[in-house]
Amino acid sequence: MNLTLHVWRQKSADLGGEMVRYDAKDISPDMSFLEMLDVVNEGLDQKGEEPIAFDHDCREGICGMCSLTINGIPHGPDRGTTVCQLHMRRFKDGDSIHIEPWRAKAFPVIKDLIVDRTAFDNIIRAGGYISASTGGVPDANAILIPKKNADDAMDAAACIGCGACVAACPNASAMLFVAAKVSHLALLPQGAVEAGTRVKKMISKMDEEGFGACTNHFECEAACPKEISVKFIGKMNREFLKASVKK
Amino acid sequence: MSVTLDAKIPSGPLADKWDKHKFDMKLVNPSNKRKYKVIIVGSGLAGGAAAATLAELGYAVECFCYQDSPRRAHSIAAQGGINASKNYQNDGDSVFRLFYDTVKGGDFRSREANVYRLSQVSENIIDQCVAQGVPFAREYSGYLGNRSFGGAQVSRTFYARGQTGQQLLLGAYQALSRQIELGRVRMHTRAEMLDVIIVNGHAKGIVVRNLVSGKTSTHMADAVVLGTGGYANVFYLSTNAKGCNVTAAFRAYKRGAAFANPCYTQIHPTCIPASGHYQSKLTLMSESLRNDGRVWVPKSKNDNRPALHIEEHERDYFLERKYPSFGNLAPRDISSRSAKEACDDGRGVGKTGLGVYLDFADAIKRLGEDTIRERYGNLFHMYEKITGENPYKMPMRIFPAPHYTMGGLWVDYNLMSNVPGLYVIGEANFSDHGANRLGASALMQGLADGYFVLPYTIADYLARIKPGEAGDSPPEAKAAEKEADKQTKRLLAVKGKTTVDEFHRRLGKIMWDYCGMARNAAGLKRALGEIPELRERFWEDVNVLGSDKELNQALERAGRVADFLEFAEVMCHDALERNESCGGHFREEYQTEDGEALRDDQNFTHVSAWEYQGVGAKPLLHKEPLVYENVKLATRSYK
Ligand SMILES: Cc1cc2nc3c(=O)[nH]c(=O)nc-3n(C[C@H](O)[C@H](O)[C@H](O)COP(=O)(O)OP(=O)(O)OC[C@H]3O[C@@H](n4cnc5c(N)ncnc54)[C@H](O)[C@@H]3O)c2cc1C
Ligand code: FES
Repeated sequence: MNLTLHVWRQKSADLGGEMVRYDAKDISPDMSFLEMLDVVNEGLDQKGEEPIAFDHDCREGICGMCSLTINGIPHGPDRGTTVCQLHMRRFKDGDSIHIEPWRAKAFPVIKDLIVDRTAFDNIIRAGGYISASTGGVPDANAILIPKKNADDAMDAAACIGCGACVAACPNASAMLFVAAKVSHLALLPQGAVEAGTRVKKMISKMDEEGFGACTNHFECEAACPKEISVKFIGKMNREFLKASVKK
Repeated sequence: MSVTLDAKIPSGPLADKWDKHKFDMKLVNPSNKRKYKVIIVGSGLAGGAAAATLAELGYAVECFCYQDSPRRAHSIAAQGGINASKNYQNDGDSVFRLFYDTVKGGDFRSREANVYRLSQVSENIIDQCVAQGVPFAREYSGYLGNRSFGGAQVSRTFYARGQTGQQLLLGAYQALSRQIELGRVRMHTRAEMLDVIIVNGHAKGIVVRNLVSGKTSTHMADAVVLGTGGYANVFYLSTNAKGCNVTAAFRAYKRGAAFANPCYTQIHPTCIPASGHYQSKLTLMSESLRNDGRVWVPKSKNDNRPALHIEEHERDYFLERKYPSFGNLAPRDISSRSAKEACDDGRGVGKTGLGVYLDFADAIKRLGEDTIRERYGNLFHMYEKITGENPYKMPMRIFPAPHYTMGGLWVDYNLMSNVPGLYVIGEANFSDHGANRLGASALMQGLADGYFVLPYTIADYLARIKPGEAGDSPPEAKAAEKEADKQTKRLLAVKGKTTVDEFHRRLGKIMWDYCGMARNAAGLKRALGEIPELRERFWEDVNVLGSDKELNQALERAGRVADFLEFAEVMCHDALERNESCGGHFREEYQTEDGEALRDDQNFTHVSAWEYQGVGAKPLLHKEPLVYENVKLATRSYK
């Protein structure tokens, strides 16, 4: 099939960008979206035009590196699917496709479709861990964890840190990302000790990094390729309240 | 520098070696630790665990990765699980059994002492990960769950849904993040290591290119650790991430580090077949599928009827036929090779003829669709997303794909290469898996190296040297940086017509055809003729646009492909030299009458470690004899 692409091109962080039109010809429905871009890039290469820069690595939906907004939807139209796992059979001949980077103040564009997500790392650094240094820990089976808690913790821990939640949110809030980590760790007995300080530090870092507030649009859940539930935002708010009351 | 291989295996009984060695090694005085700086390249399970642990101990750590965050190292993609000899299931597991299974699985081509230590510390890994909050699967009792994996006869695999690697890596990443916040680790992301700096024969620093600004810089330290992963992308198509490369390991090799057993590569049997020329990577589907799926091809050649039209008696369930006791659960190397034989025989399925069926119809009849959905729902979903076919209704198509590389930089018992001060951990070294790796053992090895081995052994080296000996910018650093810049400029100067990916694809095809699942002397010689030709063409005709002063993804790839184009030759030399079949290395000339691998213990019970002699020159072979004092060499039989 043949498609028309409109792609955000931006030479570097300090220069402005614009949408540029490209034709994508002879695209097979079996290609992944990124393979389609590879083919377009090889064509540009051969014409002596600089290829479109975009982030990707594992191409199997787990590293969280790929980050394209397609026709306004982070990771494109398939629910629970990263853009590297999206396939061209989802589109039809003659379609126009708009491809843009994540748009958020806290994720500045580096080049073309590549953004800087260091802000996420900074939030984890502020407290998204259990302080267990290597060695000197008890036997793994000395800590019993109800299956339900372990499963819920895993649901939250499935976050791949891609940032689609931020890109989807009208306020560019990072609530779902932070809530997922806070909940994962707070649901486990090992993580409960630091739960109060953790949630306070992570939330204050989130604000400092320039993410917006949550006003319950829940676009984040819809865009999340791992379908992380907004119920964790409720859980985080309760943790935060508990911690604030305790002081 | 001339290569001497001294494995430095401690004396004494196998079970006591590590404890004794830990006591014999020197310690660094706690108040001095912060004066020692250690560079760690890689933030995967091996590098991430090492960086966090060394920082906790008080050393000054600098950590580098090429992704935008340490959390994205390719360890994240591991699905199946991680082994440990906990014997929580009381089913007869023990440190010795895991040790024995690993040595046997490696086809008796690994070091006993290393593997035993790995098996010992495997127990600590699970404790550590649970303490960090890794959400391993649990029973209703609240105890940890286990499963049996990759044909093991005990249940020793711990797992976190189908995302074990992700959860283990996030554990290490979080521990690392805590140290970064404490100021004990300086993290450099989007940073690619291009060279090792050697001063007076010791590794003292690295050259790095900042992938955003394009600037190269030098970083000096008291020791350098490489945890840079495997080289399966030499085949172009593999289950590895697109950025996985041999560059870090290969540049160290060019500076004198020996490369061990490069021909030992693992081809995983259950991957989704390629669908066309544009294919950019291959997706692995968990091996657990073989617990319920039956592998078959049509009995007659070129039978291109749809699967459902092929009657039961017209099907060849070749694994069940050839390996009645293991059947569809035969080990990876054997299953992969059998699939290739069926396809070579003209009985492959799918558009390309490069595929075999993995059929769940019987299992669905026996257990019901719901049970199958419960067990493999996410995998079936992924398969359908990629292929557009519904595996509940028709058999899956699978084909083997390069997956893991057992070979790597040579290291001694302390995980130090033959270059003093240069350590290699995780998939990047060669140490523990011999000629074939068992499922769920790579995660174990990466974390063992990073959390529990390197932090001890590196102290023994550091305690013997003065901190900061090499200074901030010795002439060797400037020289190495200049060389790296020269190579970059050279890549940009070619201004040819062929894309980097096209060269990579061509190299991949040579390697797959001649140095893939089955090899023979004639083919390997042919490859040794074609690779240098391709390399020459690359340097005349590669097209890399843009500049070196900016983020330039084609330039990044070009540098990696340039290294693969040299490294591929080393692999073929190794495969040609090893006149036997063992594990992942199958030489067609060396097989039994019924097509099984034929080892030659008399002549090949050694590690082959190659020393660089210049681009295109045959590297020099050094041998480290493997001594078996605790296990008897046996034929690996899965009949
Ligand atoms: C799809 C898949 C599934 C798997 N499933 C399992 C499983 O179930 N169980 C199991 O035990 N094993 C499994 N494995 C194998 C296992 O995941 C890997 O062997 C292991 O995780 C490697 O860890 P590592 O730390 O050595 O390297 P990696 O995790 O690959 O990390 C390499 C690091 O080095 C950095 N790096 C590389 N080159 C450079 C450079 N030039 N400059 C700077 N930085 C660099 C990268 O940025 C990265 O941080 C699987 C592998 C794959 C591909
Ligand atoms: S490239 Fe890894 S999640 Fe898409």
